[in-house]
Amino acid sequence: MIGLSDLPLDVAAVCATVADDEHGGTAVFVGSTRAERDVRHVTALEYEAFATMAVAEMEHIASHVSRCHGARLAMVHRLGVVDVGEPAVVVAASAPHRAAAFEACRDAVDRLKADVPIWKRVHHADGTAAWA
Amino acid sequence: MTDGGITVEVLLFASLRERVGHSRVVVTVPAGATPGDLWARLGLPGTPPTGLRHAVDGHWVDPGAPMDDGAQVALITPVSGG
Repeated sequence: MIGLSDLPLDVAAVCATVADDEHGGTAVFVGSTRAERDVRHVTALEYEAFATMAVAEMEHIASHVSRCHGARLAMVHRLGVVDVGEPAVVVAASAPHRAAAFEACRDAVDRLKADVPIWKRVHHADGTAAWA
Repeated sequence: MTDGGITVEVLLFASLRERVGHSRVVVTVPAGATPGDLWARLGLPGTPPTGLRHAVDGHWVDPGAPMDDGAQVALITPVSGG
């Protein structure tokens, strides 16, 4: 499962898509909106994407982790407003053994944050908002 | 295509979309113009900011890459997903 979603993410449903009888380990990363109350209170993040290219880049990442780590990957990112505590992204990687699953998951998240054209706008408790 | 020029569709997102006031701008530029020329063509001041990247028809390219007539060119500020 690779894609973008306007609706809340179902972590278990995303993980289920990488199930494989030959894969003994699944590593999951869930990125959620942080309140950052000690800095400047955040109430929500709002995500925008260059959707066609974002999905293509995510598919490239899935191909990469398959080739380099032997892993199956699921990656779904939210669009729109994501309230504090809600998942903004779910990345699940399954592989025959745990080391490859952890490495694939981390590699995929790092590549997502570097190369997938998605942007976030930070909404603060004082009513202001700014692109991050 | 117009004489001596090519027409490209420029896609803008997030802060750059808000700054320009449009998500999509169609511009005609001289033949041989590159994605790196579009910043000034859009009337944006100064030089493109550090970290600005370009994609032509959905593929990352260097700022000096060629553009064909009818190309779709995205100006991509540093991404912040995840």
